[in-house]
Amino acid sequence: MKPAPFRYHRPQSLAQALTLLAEENDAKLIAGGQSLAPMMNMRLAQPAALIDLNDITGLDGIAEKDGSLEVGALVRHQSLADSARVKEVCPLLAEAARTIGHYAIRSRGTLGGSLAHADPAAQLPLVAATLDAEIQAAGPRGGRRVRAREFFVSLMTTVLEPDEIVVSARFAKAQPGERYAYLQFSRRSGDFAIVAVACVVRGKTLTLGLGGVEDKPVVLEGLAAAQKPETIARQARETVQPVETPRVPALLRKELVEVLVKRAIAKCTNSN
Amino acid sequence: MHEFELRVNGQRYSVRAEPRKLLSDVLREDCRLTGTHVGCEHGVCGACTVLVDGKPSRACLLYAVQMQGHEITTIEAVAKDGRLSPLQQALHEAHGLQCGFCTPGIVMTFEAYLKENARPTEAQVREALSGNLCRCTGYHNIVRAILKAADAQA
Repeated sequence: MKPAPFRYHRPQSLAQALTLLAEENDAKLIAGGQSLAPMMNMRLAQPAALIDLNDITGLDGIAEKDGSLEVGALVRHQSLADSARVKEVCPLLAEAARTIGHYAIRSRGTLGGSLAHADPAAQLPLVAATLDAEIQAAGPRGGRRVRAREFFVSLMTTVLEPDEIVVSARFAKAQPGERYAYLQFSRRSGDFAIVAVACVVRGKTLTLGLGGVEDKPVVLEGLAAAQKPETIARQARETVQPVETPRVPALLRKELVEVLVKRAIAKCTNSN
Repeated sequence: MHEFELRVNGQRYSVRAEPRKLLSDVLREDCRLTGTHVGCEHGVCGACTVLVDGKPSRACLLYAVQMQGHEITTIEAVAKDGRLSPLQQALHEAHGLQCGFCTPGIVMTFEAYLKENARPTEAQVREALSGNLCRCTGYHNIVRAILKAADAQA
């Protein structure tokens, strides 16, 4: 359980990091390392070089900008969960962050890392897709913004080019009267969800985000909130095409989608 | 090989190690601080939890070379002048350990946790404890000890 050898770089600026990323062969970026380091320990990943982003300043801010909440790529999950501002203006994000891994994992893991890693069962990609967040990436050809709903391509795969770095994400602020719920089912506390559901009720419309079900977050938007929860839950169940894995049959994921969606809607309705 | 300086428990250590050497291994083998225990080596068991700038972190998911310029705190620094910390004392009194292998990780996790959450509920303690596996106690006495330490510190 020891990683294979690698070259180590510790850039002091984003520009330096981009240069290193362009020059190095087979390099991986490391921020919190809470997914990458276990994979390297188990030698599922053997990058030739690591580029450590932790010294780069200006990537760990949480700020309100142009009516949205901008969160830097180096913001740790525990900071998202604890931030009074996040709880107030984007409570779904804080609520979901609170459930990531364990306390020590949350203290280290980062927003940018979770988005770029793109685990289909992870909380932050799900919340980003549900809230239609925008992800800001930096690259040698300049920066670009990508909608989270277009950012995730499939299992652990995003539209990021190999020479690009996630620098921040912008989340729409919750509107007055908006209700939300985040629920997940996992076998043990801190495990990745078998199914996760994010639910947002804004006025008469309801948006559902479903994680862990397919190879990337699934978003069902523009649903009529006035419908019976059972009807919406049935619709969600029939829409998803879950992955079939040895320990979790697709049918179980469908069942969980239906149950969790019902509960999530009930939670939204009861939290007036 | 990289040569670098680590600050652990307020002391400086000169370390010569490959970048791939885990912080947990450098603490044990190079700094000779064997209180940090190594269990699963992929972030699940929590036995190797140390503080990095006061925040709990898995030492098996960090490379020592990353820790230049940061302050590491390990279990060796928790008791002061031969006196157990209130949390350690509570674990002792409430029978919160048996074999003791997981205990350093639990102590480090909750030394940090209780600073940020002075009066946690039992449910909150159980949630925070979920990242530290113990195969002996069944957890009840650990939870009792942590609540007792919180009371003692309040």
